[in-house]
Amino acid sequence: MSAVRNFFHAIRVRLGKLPKWAQILLWALAVLLVYLLPIINPPLLTTTDSDFASVLFSCAMYSLVAIGLNIVIGYAGLLDLGYVGFFAVGAFTVGVLSSAHGSIPLLIAFPIAMAVTLVSGVLLGAPTLRVRGDYLAIVTLGFGEIIRLVLLNTQWLGGASGIANIPSPPSWAIFEIPHITWQGLTAFVDLETTTTFLEFTVVDAVPFYWLALTLVLIVLFLDWLMQNSRVGRAWEATREDEDAAELMGVPTFRFKLLAFATGAAIGGLSGALFATRQGFINPDNFSIIYSVLFVAMVVVGGQGNRWGVVSAAVLLIWLPEKFRFLADGRYLLFGLALMALAIFRPQGLLPPKRSVRAKQAEEEEQEVLEEGTARV
Amino acid sequence: MSETPNPRHPDGNPGRRPEDVIETPDTSVDISVEEIADLPPGKMLEVDDVTLRFGGVKALDGVSFHINTGEILGLIGPNGAGKTTCFNVMTGVYQPTSGGVRFMGDPLGKRKKFEITKMGIARTFQNIRLFHNMTALENVLVGADAHHSTGIASALLRLPKHRAEEAEGMDRAHELLKFMGLERRADELARNLPYGDQRRLEIARALATNPKLLCLDEPAAGFNPAEKRRLMELIQTIRDQGYTVLLIEHDMKLVMGVTDRIVVLEFGKKIAEGLPAEIRDNPAVIAAYLGVDESAS
Amino acid sequence: MDLLVNQFWALTITGLAIGAVYALVALGYTLVYGVLRLINFAHSEVFMWGSFAAVWVLMGVGATNASGMGVVGLLVLGFAAAMAASGLIAIGLEFFAYRPLRKRNSPPLIALISAIGASFVLSEAMGLRDKPFAALGLEGLQEYVGRPRENLPLPRLIDAKPVFAVFNYNVTNVDILVIVSALVMMVVLDQFMRRSRLGRGIRAVAQDPEAAALMGVNRDRVIRITFLIGGIMAGGAAMLYLLKIGVTRYNAGFILGVKAFTAAVLGGIGNLRGALLGGFVLGVAENYGSAIFGTEWKDVVAFVLLIVILLFRPTGLLGESLGKARA
Repeated sequence: MSAVRNFFHAIRVRLGKLPKWAQILLWALAVLLVYLLPIINPPLLTTTDSDFASVLFSCAMYSLVAIGLNIVIGYAGLLDLGYVGFFAVGAFTVGVLSSAHGSIPLLIAFPIAMAVTLVSGVLLGAPTLRVRGDYLAIVTLGFGEIIRLVLLNTQWLGGASGIANIPSPPSWAIFEIPHITWQGLTAFVDLETTTTFLEFTVVDAVPFYWLALTLVLIVLFLDWLMQNSRVGRAWEATREDEDAAELMGVPTFRFKLLAFATGAAIGGLSGALFATRQGFINPDNFSIIYSVLFVAMVVVGGQGNRWGVVSAAVLLIWLPEKFRFLADGRYLLFGLALMALAIFRPQGLLPPKRSVRAKQAEEEEQEVLEEGTARV
Repeated sequence: MSETPNPRHPDGNPGRRPEDVIETPDTSVDISVEEIADLPPGKMLEVDDVTLRFGGVKALDGVSFHINTGEILGLIGPNGAGKTTCFNVMTGVYQPTSGGVRFMGDPLGKRKKFEITKMGIARTFQNIRLFHNMTALENVLVGADAHHSTGIASALLRLPKHRAEEAEGMDRAHELLKFMGLERRADELARNLPYGDQRRLEIARALATNPKLLCLDEPAAGFNPAEKRRLMELIQTIRDQGYTVLLIEHDMKLVMGVTDRIVVLEFGKKIAEGLPAEIRDNPAVIAAYLGVDESAS
Repeated sequence: MDLLVNQFWALTITGLAIGAVYALVALGYTLVYGVLRLINFAHSEVFMWGSFAAVWVLMGVGATNASGMGVVGLLVLGFAAAMAASGLIAIGLEFFAYRPLRKRNSPPLIALISAIGASFVLSEAMGLRDKPFAALGLEGLQEYVGRPRENLPLPRLIDAKPVFAVFNYNVTNVDILVIVSALVMMVVLDQFMRRSRLGRGIRAVAQDPEAAALMGVNRDRVIRITFLIGGIMAGGAAMLYLLKIGVTRYNAGFILGVKAFTAAVLGGIGNLRGALLGGFVLGVAENYGSAIFGTEWKDVVAFVLLIVILLFRPTGLLGESLGKARA
């Protein structure tokens, strides 16, 4: 395990020594590559039994969920077992506004969905965040189920059949991009299969993926901004020792509520994406099993580490698609994985979040041990 | 401090690793802030007939004393006397069953802990309660954030106020770390710091909140005599720069040497109050400590 | 509201009957929480496996055409099968999912994750039970393992017959059986906790594990026994559940588990009598709620009650207390 760690560490050190412009260029290329994944269809990554672009969309959408829940669980240390509730509120707000009871354009429906979810987060959090840790988990679980049951039993919200005919984002067809297919290791340009930039249709998931990915990148950036500010510090201090934090002047309750609300808003955004991609939503899409899956993403990825949770989300979505034969036994394996993880690697796949400076300090120490001199 | 050779290096070249250099507190650093610049003399904190009951137990029983601006007040007493409990009442951790605490004339009332900290009371803990997985610098920054008011919107948009407060926090944190002799360890995780540095870091973190009154709960526990002496000098420097200090301490010699006045508690009651010389000769105090003479620590 | 008034006694007594089931399962949650401060998420699956064991055993002995004394024998058999299975699963759960974490001093969140994982493993194993048999080409067991995601009915043992009337409701023999059996089990447990050495050991560990260890109590053994007792109670509940509801399925544990947990919290987690009270209160409240708001809102009642209790009286109706001498 540490050989792998050292390998990645060595790469990071190498890359760190490149001039700033080169680093930025590499990042840009990497991002571009990620955008082009469904176009390029790399042989090892692509899912043969399901539409790769759809899978990628799901990966991006659930990454958003993971980032949001990471704020709640990873940063603020609040165990939320009902996150699917926020996902549902976001999806149904879009559904109600743009299909069932209105025809508000998505551009406006999306922010409204986030706002509504944020408010619901505050409403849930205000009374419950005072409650003890393990009880909070159960309360949030109850909340998630109540949301589902309310959706199921309220005709105005569609009842058991849910809401259909949710519009896709507005399209603007400019040009077509052909996909690449592979035979063995040789690539062929396939002029038959194309993606129109930028047309959102039922048949082609690629533009949805691009939309989701863009939102993920934006949210990752905003998350970084929050983390590296007093907000992130306050969360971390609260998680470390809530009483000591409060005695050091941190209004812990306010910040816990903030974490809850922010996490909720991001969950709502993800739900909105889900609604517009699927076109129809019903209460079955929002059962408790998803809440558990979301928590697993954060725990598996390494709570507090935004790249960790994104990786875990991608892995947990992509693996069952790539290895379709596992499909039925998916949740069984998932359960076994959780148990194994809890016993053998509770800290998650990636090490817990460290501030940039602490990491640098560690790297310097490594260098000193290796070379005998400290970098000034 | 001379450089010690790094035995791990293949050709034995002396390498300066962080732990090889002992950094001493730099008391020339001015850590005073405007909050303590022109405080009126007189009673800064008044504990007014405070009684605290836990079920049937009276942890504090009618305790009354005060702290004057600019003094170092010692709070002593045998184990279980209620000293830390007193701290807890003063900082809002416990609500007194009867009686109250007034700070600068203002009763604490039902204020929350962080509100009391913002009023100007900061503390350290008997058992170190640092944020262990954060760096020394980050620990102090959290303290500095106490007097900041940036919210999430400002942080997300990186508004000028946010940037100004971040810069101010950094400056203040570095200033305090330097003062405490922790600058070189700024980026180490708090849990990796040696014990003495952890104790000093707690003080730095408390100071970062810009308090008027600094409450130290056995800050020198576990120190050897030389370290204790150094820490006490540091505390005096802190006072000389304008802070008022309340000190819980077991080492009699230290308490006598450093404090201006002393309050003695036993079984939740105040049994004596006065100048160090008076306390030393007070029979009730001697009895309470039951034969522990002043030269022991 | 009219429905509530007209059907008051029917609602109350059937509520008590299902409440008895909740109470027995709640005992498992409350015992484990009292001793380990852990919410045993997978306890619901312990219950579910007990129910399947009872059905399978009764199917196996051809229980469809029994009468008279034979019925009593079959009931006993069903109870025994359910309790044995649930007890075994509970012990296995402790051994595989929680003990390794205790040895590693894992934080509570991790224990919860393991519990969730175990819950999935147990329910999915039941939901996929046809796979290994299909793979091995074993036919003939289709009755038992076929159609794994659907309801599996209990062979007909007792026809619900009215025995006596309370106002306008005819109390059935099933109602009586369920409530009485549950009460008997609880009395037995209560006596065990108060009189036996093991019972004292459990209470000691719940109150102060270190002191208990210093007094010679074997903590590991106590924990194992606690899980076993919780499992046996859940097995009993499973049989009663089958008598009342008639069918079981691979995810029958989930909703029941949440409700039982609600009952435990309602009564005061760690408090055995609280679990009893909580179960009955929940069973009855649910029925009243569904009469007032409509049957589709029945499950919501449980969740709302849970949230309300945790917000306003987190120590529950009788207060937390496994450690204190109130058994």
